[in-house]
Amino acid sequence: MTDPFIRIDNVSKKFGTFQAVQDVSLTVAQGEIFSLLGGSGCGKTTLLRMLAGFEEPSAGQIFIDGQDMAGVPPWQRPVHMMFQSYALFPHMSVEKNVGYGLKHEDMTAAQRKARVAEMLELVQLTPYGHRKPHQISGGQRQRVALARALARQPKLLLLDEPLAALDKKLREHTQFELMSIQERTGVTFIVVTHDQEEAMTLSDRIAVMDKGRVKQVGAPTEVYEYPNSRFVAGFIGSITAFPAKVLAVEGDMATVLVAAFQGEVQARAVPGLSVGQEVTLAVRPEKLVISQVRPEGANVIAGQVKDLAYFGKDSLYRITLPSGELISVHSVNAGRSAGGRPDWDDQVYLSFAPAAAILLVE
Amino acid sequence: MRNRIAHWLQGRGFRDVIIGLPYVWLLLFFFIPFCLVLAISFGSRTPTAPPFGYGGDHPWISFVGYSRLLHDELYIRAFLVSLSNAATATVLCLLLGYPMSLALTRVSASWRNILLMLVILPFWTSFLLRVYAWMGLMGKNSWFNGLLTDAYNLLTPAGWHLSSIPMMHSNFAVVLVMVYTYLPFMILPLYANLERLDPVLDEAAMDLGSRPFRVFLDVTLPQSLPGIIAGAMLVFIPAAGELVIPTLVGDASSPMIGRVIADEFSSASDWPMAASVAIALLLLMVGPMMLYTHYQTKAEAGEEP
Repeated sequence: MTDPFIRIDNVSKKFGTFQAVQDVSLTVAQGEIFSLLGGSGCGKTTLLRMLAGFEEPSAGQIFIDGQDMAGVPPWQRPVHMMFQSYALFPHMSVEKNVGYGLKHEDMTAAQRKARVAEMLELVQLTPYGHRKPHQISGGQRQRVALARALARQPKLLLLDEPLAALDKKLREHTQFELMSIQERTGVTFIVVTHDQEEAMTLSDRIAVMDKGRVKQVGAPTEVYEYPNSRFVAGFIGSITAFPAKVLAVEGDMATVLVAAFQGEVQARAVPGLSVGQEVTLAVRPEKLVISQVRPEGANVIAGQVKDLAYFGKDSLYRITLPSGELISVHSVNAGRSAGGRPDWDDQVYLSFAPAAAILLVE
Repeated sequence: MRNRIAHWLQGRGFRDVIIGLPYVWLLLFFFIPFCLVLAISFGSRTPTAPPFGYGGDHPWISFVGYSRLLHDELYIRAFLVSLSNAATATVLCLLLGYPMSLALTRVSASWRNILLMLVILPFWTSFLLRVYAWMGLMGKNSWFNGLLTDAYNLLTPAGWHLSSIPMMHSNFAVVLVMVYTYLPFMILPLYANLERLDPVLDEAAMDLGSRPFRVFLDVTLPQSLPGIIAGAMLVFIPAAGELVIPTLVGDASSPMIGRVIADEFSSASDWPMAASVAIALLLLMVGPMMLYTHYQTKAEAGEEP
């Protein structure tokens, strides 16, 4: 078996008595875009700083391309970082910023100049080479930071909240640009973000972190559709969760009793379920079908429209269940007329496919 | 009534007063005195009071002061001694003050306050008293001089031995006391500048392959240039015109320019000459001042996003 490109082995980091990162093990393949996703204080930034060499792990090891990084200072690591604040040198021009790391490369002045020009071309900033960082826009600064970090052809690029400082419009555009640049350069990206949408669209795989631990690692669809814990389910996308009790397990189908529904529903079973076990049933708003006539089949819940928000292309309903609890439903407005769509206080029926419901043990 | 006051406070009139006040101050206490000194510098010496005059036996405008300034070796030497002492003191203050300022930005907040306090603490004692203390330390019979003499004798061959190191009444003593006196004026603006620098920039440079010393040369030093210039001006300008320190610890045979001005005013009673020297000193200082202002405006403009 070939060694993974980046291997993080049981890494922990303590600051005084605070456990910032707790026993994290991850592998990242070459050329992958890997995201560390979590709220503030979850340890994602500390993990990133340990990869860059700004912090030493309290325990565990980090290997990059087979090389143990223990005791290797930041300036000797084949790793560059794009800082959240971009950290451009204010007293240097855009060109000088991009070329800064190349000073340490064995290159002629002409080669260096060519490389800087190539990087500016890559991020489409060729006309801005002579400007100072304060003379360009935020989006351009972000691209300078990217070009500077990529100029020395690092084995690994670390991106700390790469899109956080950009406004919404620019963010979407930049996201695709980042992906295309990654594809063209083939550099492995590790992205730290608190924005689940950013992580979903950008990454090949995501590690969801909480309180210094990795809760789940997987492709975006995996962590979204098959979360392994209440934390992951709640952190990625919106979800409504109810306590449930396992009544029966048959093959990959489980029947659970949900007090909030005042009835039993079927859901895809997860390994290790036992009859009588207390679990959580979670349903994402877009997996629910709302209708005014009772549909055929199982997994139908009655309710009443409490709130509705019309967004144009879709609507968000808040439905009061017979038990008094609320559930969110996301419905695409396929038709043009408002007629036939449930309105305030309407009696409605919600249904969902058994495979669409998520059973969570943890 | 209250509304009218509020209205006036927010109006143009109040703004003009606030902006105008410093100008009035400068007009009263800088520009008018400067014009007086300038006028005196073109007068002629008279032994009666006032000790200068125009017209009568004297020409209306006399360039005697300025011409003596250029031809009398005493003045040229005094200027050179002043500039060289002030420059030496400035460089030494920078070499001592830079690491101290940098250290101030790197220590914990509680230590920083204590250390900043220690930098300012000497100001709480009379300046004259501190100069006298240095005179005591540098004197032939002091323990300090004795200690240095012992160390010197230990390191040199027997033929070179001294009974005491002649520190007093020398340019060395002047520079030493000036460095001691003006060091806070270097540290405070430098610290204020260094403290504003973003430590993430250091990390970025390190991340891009620079060792810590290289980071200092490439990132910290160029960004602290406005602080260096501010500190250097605050030390150099008063040091060049310093009167008390060279009078008390300096070499009387090669006086600094401040001493020359004082002597012309008092013992020689030659006000036009004193005024000419003062104007020449001022012109010499305007150059560095303009450099300082230039960098200051540039630094402030650079901060605009």
